[in-house]
Amino acid sequence: MLRHLLSGDLPRSHALGAVLMIVLVALAGAPFLFPGSQSLNVAAKICVFIVLAASYDLLLGYTGIVSFAHTMFYGIGGYGIAIAMHGISATWGAMGIGIALALLASLILAVIIGLFSLRVRAIFFAMITLAVASAFAVLASQLRDITGGEDGRSYSVPMVLRPSFRLFDEPVLGVSITGRMLSYYIVFFSSLLLFLAALRIVNSPFGRVLQAIRENEFRAEALGYRVVVYRTVASVLSAAMATLAGALMALWLRYTGPDTTLSFAIMIDILLMVVIGGMGTLYGAVLGAVIFILAQNYLQLVMAKLSAATSGIPLLPQLLHPDRWLLWLGILFVLSVYFFPTGIVGRLRAGRR
Amino acid sequence: MDAPALETRELTIRFGGHVAVDKVSCSFRAGTLTAIVGPNGAGKTTYFNLISGQLKATFGTVLLKGEDMTGLSVSARTHRGMGRAFQLTNLFPNLTVAENVRLAVQSRAGVGLDLVSLWSDRAILIEKAEAMLDRVRLAERRLATVASLSHGDQRKLEVALMLALEPDIFMFDEPTAGMSVDEVPTILELIQGIKARSDATILLVEHKMDVVRSLADRIIVLHNGQLVADGPPAEVIASPVVQEAYLGQAVA
Ligand SMILES: Nc1ncnc2c1ncn2[C@@H]1O[C@H](COP(=O)(O)OP(=O)(O)OP(=O)(O)O)[C@@H](O)[C@H]1O
Ligand SMILES: [Mg+2]
Repeated sequence: MLRHLLSGDLPRSHALGAVLMIVLVALAGAPFLFPGSQSLNVAAKICVFIVLAASYDLLLGYTGIVSFAHTMFYGIGGYGIAIAMHGISATWGAMGIGIALALLASLILAVIIGLFSLRVRAIFFAMITLAVASAFAVLASQLRDITGGEDGRSYSVPMVLRPSFRLFDEPVLGVSITGRMLSYYIVFFSSLLLFLAALRIVNSPFGRVLQAIRENEFRAEALGYRVVVYRTVASVLSAAMATLAGALMALWLRYTGPDTTLSFAIMIDILLMVVIGGMGTLYGAVLGAVIFILAQNYLQLVMAKLSAATSGIPLLPQLLHPDRWLLWLGILFVLSVYFFPTGIVGRLRAGRR
Repeated sequence: MDAPALETRELTIRFGGHVAVDKVSCSFRAGTLTAIVGPNGAGKTTYFNLISGQLKATFGTVLLKGEDMTGLSVSARTHRGMGRAFQLTNLFPNLTVAENVRLAVQSRAGVGLDLVSLWSDRAILIEKAEAMLDRVRLAERRLATVASLSHGDQRKLEVALMLALEPDIFMFDEPTAGMSVDEVPTILELIQGIKARSDATILLVEHKMDVVRSLADRIIVLHNGQLVADGPPAEVIASPVVQEAYLGQAVA
């Protein structure tokens, strides 16, 4: 049963299995275990970024494609929801239309990018995706009437997902079931489903061909696999997943703007999540997303405490000042890439042998 | 008479000013093993690359059972029955031996675009891959990654990938190069096994003259990209031009 759900791709390391189990339980029980809007927000972000990083791993780790257009597809999902909910109505129907149109747009763009440029060398492909993504970001901020420009769009969500909504009159387990919590569970279960789907794709006959292309594209073609077709299908699948991740995020935030979807900083974050977690493992995307989002949200807090605790010592308090958090995050990444070139998952699996 | 299994007409490729394969016209009948010999740099591998499509001809055509394939991609030619084992081992280094063979079996079965079933689910494909591993004596190494194999085992796997495609045309490019003496017989037996099938068309590039003599029905000689001799093994080996120019030491 579990083996089937995971498509036969078990963690293959006790430590990894335990960590994944903790993440799953923590995310599943987040509204009860960590009440409070700030921590629920972090949990929802983790869910979405697991999907986003996993979908990027499908490209980078499994197929060996370096793309910088991943946030564009993420953004299309976000704007799909934003435009539909803002422009049509705050209903489930509008949401469905928004998601469907966003998926269609992503599909068309991914196929076009794929067919035009997957034939060229990897570095040119990366450049082309970068150019397309930049153009899209400029377009999104200039089409003010539709997208809200730099300010983005805030919108309402269906009634049952609003914070003021109460499912029951009485609290459950000391926590009242709000629309916010229902939103969280939509995000959580959708993310779980998408992650399991990705796990299935990489463990299908198709998934092995992707790995073969990553390993030796020349021989994959000689074995009779049309590399361009496989790469394009992989790009489309990955783009569709990113689009859905964007839609989930938009649903959760009730706001979509350039900074939350299209920014290049998010692209770099995704890249780092995948690399640090371990490329080509999918579970790496889980660990990468968890560590990254937690660090982004709590490193400053920890540093403030440390800084205060070391106040008597010269230099240290300055180094540990919360404003230096990016420096420390950077150092952590350099160290982890240096010591775990195969990512955390690669390290954990190797440690077992 | 039927069209030959494989034919090249005035097949030519130029790299800048250098003509690596120069108007080679030759046909290959089903059921024969043709050895292709010639000194280093003669254009043997390049000739293969033109036939299987890795290189595009500057001029000339490639025909498979009379059908023009010159404009087709590598993968399209593979699906029409072209099989190729490469001179420089060319595998999927971080996948296992079993996965490598399975990829070839799966391509033959045409299930590459299946996204929803499990890789480990298709019993027939797995059996076929296992049978192939037995045939090339790699069954014990099935779970090893290719990168960890010895050179000889990698050469065997190289051949296994071609066999798993069940092609009509078998192109071996120095299959025994760099193998230890005790590993060579496995490869030779394999080639003999294919030869026993009456419809297999085999092209074999090989420097070892004893191997050529024991297997070939016919020898063609390439030199500076040109076809300079073609005939039964004894005749070609004995011909003066071949004797002194290319085979001198090997025959002596
Ligand atoms: N892609 C290429 N670009 C430029 N020159 C090439 C290319 N491929 C082959 N050549 C040249 O074509 C000539 C024939 O090379 P080829 O590899 O076909 O020889 P060969 O007969 O297979 O030799 P060997 O016995 O050493 O394998 C060589 O001079 C080689 O340098
Ligand atoms: Mg050669």
